[in-house]
Amino acid sequence: MRRRLMMMVALVCGALALTDFAAHRDASATPSPTSTAAPSGLVAQGHALFDSSCASCHGLSAQGISGRAPSLHGVGALAADFYLQTGRMPLPNPKAQPLRTSPAFSQSKIKALVAYVGSFGGPGIPTVQPSRGSLAEGQRLFGLDCAGCHTIQGQGGIVTGAIVPALNQATPRQVGEAVRIGPYVMPRFGEGELTDTEVNSLARYIQSIQHPDNLGGWGIGRIGPIPEGMVAWLLAAAALLLIARLLGERTSEQPERPPRPESSA
Amino acid sequence: MNHTAKDRPVDAVAFVDERLGVARGMRWLMDYVFPDHWSFLLGEIALYSFVMLVLTGTFLALFFDPDTTQTVYHGSYQALQGQSVSDAYASTLHISFDVSGGLLARQVHHWAALVFVAAITLHLLRIVFTGAFRKPRDINYFIGVTLLALAILEGFAGYSLPDDLLSGMGLAIAWAVAMSLPLIGGPFATALWGGRFPGSTAFESRLFIAHVFLLPAIIGGLIAVHLAIIMRQRHSQFPGPGRREDNVVGTPMWPGYALRSLGLFAAVAAVPVLMGGLIQINPVWLWGPYHPYIGTNGAQPDWYLGWLIGALRLMPNLEIHAFGHTLVPNPFFGGVLFPGIVFGLLYALPWLDRRFISRDYRRHDLLERPRDNPRRSALAAALLSTVAVVFAAGSADRLFFQFGFGYEGAVWFFRGAFLVVPVIAYAVTKRVCAELAREQAHPLRGWSGHVVIRNHSGGFDADGEAIELDTAER
Amino acid sequence: MSRAWKAIVMFVLWRTGGLRSHRQGQPEVDPSERHTGAPAWAELLVVAVLLLVPVAALAFVALFVLDPNTQLLGLALGAALALLACALVLAGRWLVPQETKVEQRPRLADPDAAREVIEQAAEGVEGITRRRLLASAAGVAGAGLTAAVVIPVAALGPGLEEQLRRTPWRAGRALVDEQGNPMLAADIIERSFQTAFPQGAGTAAEGGGQEDLGSPVVVVRVDPATLRLPAERADWAPQGILAYSKICTHAACAISLFRDPLSPSTESKGPALVCPCHYSTFDVLDGGSVEFGPAGRPLPQLPLTIDSAGVLRAAGPMSGPVGPSWWGDPS
Repeated sequence: MRRRLMMMVALVCGALALTDFAAHRDASATPSPTSTAAPSGLVAQGHALFDSSCASCHGLSAQGISGRAPSLHGVGALAADFYLQTGRMPLPNPKAQPLRTSPAFSQSKIKALVAYVGSFGGPGIPTVQPSRGSLAEGQRLFGLDCAGCHTIQGQGGIVTGAIVPALNQATPRQVGEAVRIGPYVMPRFGEGELTDTEVNSLARYIQSIQHPDNLGGWGIGRIGPIPEGMVAWLLAAAALLLIARLLGERTSEQPERPPRPESSA
Repeated sequence: MNHTAKDRPVDAVAFVDERLGVARGMRWLMDYVFPDHWSFLLGEIALYSFVMLVLTGTFLALFFDPDTTQTVYHGSYQALQGQSVSDAYASTLHISFDVSGGLLARQVHHWAALVFVAAITLHLLRIVFTGAFRKPRDINYFIGVTLLALAILEGFAGYSLPDDLLSGMGLAIAWAVAMSLPLIGGPFATALWGGRFPGSTAFESRLFIAHVFLLPAIIGGLIAVHLAIIMRQRHSQFPGPGRREDNVVGTPMWPGYALRSLGLFAAVAAVPVLMGGLIQINPVWLWGPYHPYIGTNGAQPDWYLGWLIGALRLMPNLEIHAFGHTLVPNPFFGGVLFPGIVFGLLYALPWLDRRFISRDYRRHDLLERPRDNPRRSALAAALLSTVAVVFAAGSADRLFFQFGFGYEGAVWFFRGAFLVVPVIAYAVTKRVCAELAREQAHPLRGWSGHVVIRNHSGGFDADGEAIELDTAER
Repeated sequence: MSRAWKAIVMFVLWRTGGLRSHRQGQPEVDPSERHTGAPAWAELLVVAVLLLVPVAALAFVALFVLDPNTQLLGLALGAALALLACALVLAGRWLVPQETKVEQRPRLADPDAAREVIEQAAEGVEGITRRRLLASAAGVAGAGLTAAVVIPVAALGPGLEEQLRRTPWRAGRALVDEQGNPMLAADIIERSFQTAFPQGAGTAAEGGGQEDLGSPVVVVRVDPATLRLPAERADWAPQGILAYSKICTHAACAISLFRDPLSPSTESKGPALVCPCHYSTFDVLDGGSVEFGPAGRPLPQLPLTIDSAGVLRAAGPMSGPVGPSWWGDPS
């Protein structure tokens, strides 16, 4: 009896370890090929998940529902992976802006959904290798194509009608995916506009701004004069006002305030 | 007479006096009396910040290269290797990375600049709310307002020198504002910039000379005049025991005030130095170089120009046309008209106060507490709140980013606030002044006044001592 | 008023107390005081603090030479200055005698002397009959000389307003990217956003070059069926590829945002170019009209054509003046 129990515990632990190991593998930059190579079991699993979690907006065969969600035919594993890994999908309110949150599905479920959506054709998950890119080239391209919305240090911003997210959590793979999709209102860039090498460079630059050197000290957000002005007023001016108070205030003896007379004059 | 070591100090003074005749002046200076209130130190904070700026600025000017000729960057900063940048930008990176203490000097200089304008602003508020601008100090007040305008201009010129992405965008907007002056804008802006923006390399040289020589010389000269006038007239003071319009009560220059003022100098030096070492400011290597064809989201000017970016953003897209030409382009309203009206009101304040607000043409050397002149305080609060609303509107995009309400809606909200908030500020300030005056109690400092009690013999005791009232006096 | 009357009035006012401000009526108090004597601990404390100052200062010197780390340098020097401030303030508040002194304010105005100034000035022109004529002549001379002194400012600029209207774009000029490679129409995919420059446009001094405001254009591609261009621009956007000046018509910032919804059925706003400075928003489908923001003029559009090699080329000059408005613009 005890041996059987121990065997079951070992089995469960092993299964957990296996899924955990698989999850870590997925989260790294190593890519998986396009969905056409995915086992049909995975696609079927994805289909079932899709029907329960996505079809209410995207339709039962992912053909899209006008006014609610676009068709997913031809968007590829690339798009599905991006939206699911960044938690942008599923989106409770079709009119709201999809924003990054923690993923709603486990890694294995994401794999299944990606396989299903990829089965409709479209680009596969890209291979992005920041170490193969050039940091300076990435800075140049980021300034030209991305900084207008995301700020030059990737701290996010706005465009009229939408929030532009910060890039502090973007993995290299997600950078490569977003650039090809153009999620929400973001423009997209084809192979002729940004080659794979250039995407590597962009990812390398984005990695560098996720680990800033901040040679000058406390970075205070790296968005420029707004936090600088706040520090100047709330820290420096406040400190100097305090010092001025200490210097200038002289104690003056004031008599205690007398009680008010009962009758008004 | 024995000439001992004890006579040496006198000998030293005699040495100078026999040549320059300064002993009488030194005596006068040592006896000079400064009234003691803490709010009188705000101008000194500005003064000592200026000294810090000159010291750190001199160091920086020894290394900076004011040349916007494009070059290929081959310096320490890897993310820009091989990129096209200007010599000015490259020299700024050189100062930041390769010159010992260079980054410290840059950061101290920039923090001191922000504190400089903040101190002038606080000082201006004190002057306005206590009525210190009244005769005979109105001329000195005009000099002070001019110093504020020059300080803002000097700061803008300074942070635009490195030709980085953020400040370059600011210069483009400044050029557009210059262009927007009716009729003369085109020739004026092209003359200043040496052509259409970004202009010729001569513009950077002009900006450098303006920032390093012309403006500091004018500011320094005006500060000297400002101080000389104060010393001639003696500083104003708050009413209190023994303080009258015709005397000055306070601490003599030697030893008390000199030591305290030097202590303030050391503190005003210490704060930007500590911040310059510990808190990053204007990290131009992170912004990258400026090119007219790139831009970054969230580009902002330094805080003292935030009211202008707010005005430019809030202004509806109105342009006035005449005779088939654009007479008043849009940037004029936010960039010239709005600050012109604000500074115009500041310059007109002594006259407005004499004629309409206080209706008082006399000389005043005693200050008023803000509550003692509710109408002036309320009007000043209304003007301040107008500027504050426009200032807040200038960073509405980060509000949208942080809190999620739409940007277009925020613009309309701030336009409405621009009209409504000054009225509320006026009413609230008036009310608060009336309450304070009635209660005679300061919310923080408690009650201040004298207790006069009629004693049994029919006379009056003030603060516990018998006093005599001359019945001929009123 | 004659001097005698003035003296009498002043005397009366002085005796009746009317010269003082309305605040008077409180008892006359002499606020002068002087306290001497420093506690022993204060003297030693100031000495101690003062002796710490050179320690911090020497630390700064050592760091400067050995390891000029910005944070440590700032801490060392800042500490030295802060300690000096402490010592000075302690000395000023506790060591030296605390005094309150009273000084008379100097009378500034001297009406007699002011009158004498005018009288003396009048004596200086005694005997001259044509005073007004001389004064006017001097005024004219001054104005003329001022003009002569001021006019060198005009040397600052080329004074050529042509510069403000010139762009390097002509019919047939190819569009190239920042590194000079010609832009192929096939590379521009729908919903994309690229920056282009005129090929071979010359240096900045010749009115061209990448840094010139007239050069950079934004190239975007939209679904041709959604275009709403004016009739005379019907052929300006081959295959739905559009080009607009990248310089905002409000205040000359680079228009570096392109908003284009992936899912038009859920997103109410259409494709637009947006400027990051004051968020002027330009509709790309109808020729660059201002949808939101303070820009007063639509964005100039560059007509495009695709040559036989598939390279994008300009089909003519810009539709309007580039950059912010000024008097010389035709409205």
